[in-house]
Amino acid sequence: MEHYRTHLLVCAGTGCVSCGAFKLKEALEKEVARQKLQDEVLVVTTGCNGFCERGPILMVHPDGVFYQRLKVEDVPYLVEEHLIKGRPVEKFMYVPPAKRTPVPKMADIEFFKHQRLIVLRNRGRIDPEKIEEYIAYDGYEAMAKALTAMTPAEIIAEVTAAGLRGRGGAGFPTGKKWALCQQAEATPKYLICNGDEGDPGAFMDRSVLEADPHAIIEGMVIGARAIGADKGFVYIRDEYPLAVKRMGIAIQQAKDYGLLGEDILGTGFSFDLEIVRGAGAFVSGEETALIASIEGQRAYPRQRPPYPAQHGLWGKPTVINNVETWANVPSIIRRGAAWFSGMGTMTSKGTKIFSLVGKINNTGLVEVPMGIHLRDIIYGIGGGIPGGRDFKAIQIGGPSGGCIPKELLDLPVDYESLAKAGAMMGSGGMIVMDEDTCMVDIALYFLRFTQEESCGKCAPCRIGTRQMAGILARIVAGEGSDEDLKRLEELALTVKQGSLCGLGQTAPNPVLSTLRYFRDEYQAHITDHSCPALVCKSLITYFIEPEKCVGCLLCLKNCPTKAISGELKKVHVIDQALCIKCGACFNVCPKKVRAVSKYTGAKGRALAGRAEQPVKP
Amino acid sequence: MTSEPTAVELVVAKYHRQKRALIPILQDVQDACQWLSSETLAEVARELDLPVAHVWSVATFYKSFSLEPRGRHRCTVCMGTACHVRGGAAVLEHFERKLGIQAGETSADKEYTLERVNCLGACALAPLAVVDGTYYGQMTEIKADKILETLRDGKEEA
Repeated sequence: MEHYRTHLLVCAGTGCVSCGAFKLKEALEKEVARQKLQDEVLVVTTGCNGFCERGPILMVHPDGVFYQRLKVEDVPYLVEEHLIKGRPVEKFMYVPPAKRTPVPKMADIEFFKHQRLIVLRNRGRIDPEKIEEYIAYDGYEAMAKALTAMTPAEIIAEVTAAGLRGRGGAGFPTGKKWALCQQAEATPKYLICNGDEGDPGAFMDRSVLEADPHAIIEGMVIGARAIGADKGFVYIRDEYPLAVKRMGIAIQQAKDYGLLGEDILGTGFSFDLEIVRGAGAFVSGEETALIASIEGQRAYPRQRPPYPAQHGLWGKPTVINNVETWANVPSIIRRGAAWFSGMGTMTSKGTKIFSLVGKINNTGLVEVPMGIHLRDIIYGIGGGIPGGRDFKAIQIGGPSGGCIPKELLDLPVDYESLAKAGAMMGSGGMIVMDEDTCMVDIALYFLRFTQEESCGKCAPCRIGTRQMAGILARIVAGEGSDEDLKRLEELALTVKQGSLCGLGQTAPNPVLSTLRYFRDEYQAHITDHSCPALVCKSLITYFIEPEKCVGCLLCLKNCPTKAISGELKKVHVIDQALCIKCGACFNVCPKKVRAVSKYTGAKGRALAGRAEQPVKP
Repeated sequence: MTSEPTAVELVVAKYHRQKRALIPILQDVQDACQWLSSETLAEVARELDLPVAHVWSVATFYKSFSLEPRGRHRCTVCMGTACHVRGGAAVLEHFERKLGIQAGETSADKEYTLERVNCLGACALAPLAVVDGTYYGQMTEIKADKILETLRDGKEEA
């Protein structure tokens, strides 16, 4: 094998690819060749680094220098300075928010510094389309150990002792699930990897599938050996084409190497893996619905028990685990249960990947030890809230989760604490919200989502979510009443208790948690007909401040309904009767001018020339 | 023009006429034919020896199946939570106004189809739109106008 003095690691996750990672790679290769460095420098593509907002990302190995937001035009200068003259280029480096000095090394950047990588251990350092690179970093070692030196009972005991719990959201102990399935008498048995990551705001499964597909395959072979399965399925969301492609390549390579398929490693153990593409239904992330989908049916959930571990795919015992859960297994077997359970809290062991998105400076994927405090994630890793705004809430767990307010920032992140606070681990989406986010609007957003995605099989979920969304829509329009809040709470309880599957049982959580922590915001919509966050269209008025407007015509030109009148260098005015409140004027008004304001409540109504609405008793 | 039955037959044969492969079969047929007509669905049912009602139940349940012809250009606006808090709804409304169609519709000249999706898992790029397979992050009204202009210019040249 040839040796290169430097590796240029170009991140090729979906985020970076959309910002031009492949063009960057091409340009780097060209420039490296032009400078005749091709025998010393190798350009490689890797899986997602997680710092997606900074894409395209380039890591220089072994220097550890981290470059971000590179353009093709930057390449000649970068190659000349860093690779020929040995001077890392400061202007392409990451500068922390509100600071001026760039941070050259990846290991020193706050976003990466506090992370603890198990599942994402290979991120940014291996090419996911080359099995050799996975093997070079101890890949398939755990599988070899499990197949040659451990009995199925020992594997299950190890996973149980490690305290691994399902990373898909519910947190069921993985070892217990495997043991149930192993003890079931019926054969054949099946394994499923649940990669139907439907929670809006979560993308860790996509990233793991794209960045380290072999870790999932290895985990599944170990699981197959433990429960005695000879066939498995990797179910991947249709919206993730790159993940489907990379998993396909990985399965083929593993088969070519004798690490998957017939007689693995000559041990006589056989296990085959097949990819199933989802077809766009949120409910198919629920395990019994996913099984129906693999069987070629509509993704309708069914009553549990019996659990899939006893009665699953085609009625046979089936273990179904989430992508992240499977990817934890090789490290547990390789390094042992004691090492794994040394991280985390009493009840939640190991690490968890979160996607940190929304109103946050450092957006991206982070893997942190269980038990870390929310504050450390948001202000340490995430770098706080952009634009000098104030933190308001963090939404955890997607449509099944809840909003956690500022007062609970010191909450440790583990399954139990989150559930107690009215949220849930879910798949690990963390959406940060600032004072410009309306909590009633967020509750409505999630309820509309679950209502749309409800499969319709059971009445509490089908009808209940529709009624709840209807009430919320009324409140957001300023037409709600106190009675509505009571009804909302009653309905929430009915839907929670009466629904068949996890989708319905957790659908009310976004409403319940916002009612619990942000009731005053609901009240403001109902009694004052105002939206304190200035979001809900029916309750706000756009107004051009005459003393600030410089008459630049920008808002006038961008107004879709021609509601703005004015001339160059003369104050512009919004015709409130024509205004559709799209916010285009607000968005295009130059930052230095900021002449467009939003008002709500009595002042907003006065500016809009609307009569004061009688406050309902 | 290739006739649709051939496409169905090819795909069904590729999956060894397995009934359980109905979903991947419909996906591949849709890739070949752009959309699923009632004739196509009947053909799939016949080939797999499944009730037509069952094939319809599956085709109407999953969102990735289109039972109407789609436009030449596909604009998809992400409505995930991260996109929502960063102004995704305004982006979608802008597309709706500019194209004169609602989300889920195709323009009368069959040039554009506008779709909303619940999350594309590229939340760091929020708000996000995908036009003809290309991801556009940090979308604004002005950016959307530029993209649509490029599509229109392409149309005039063609």
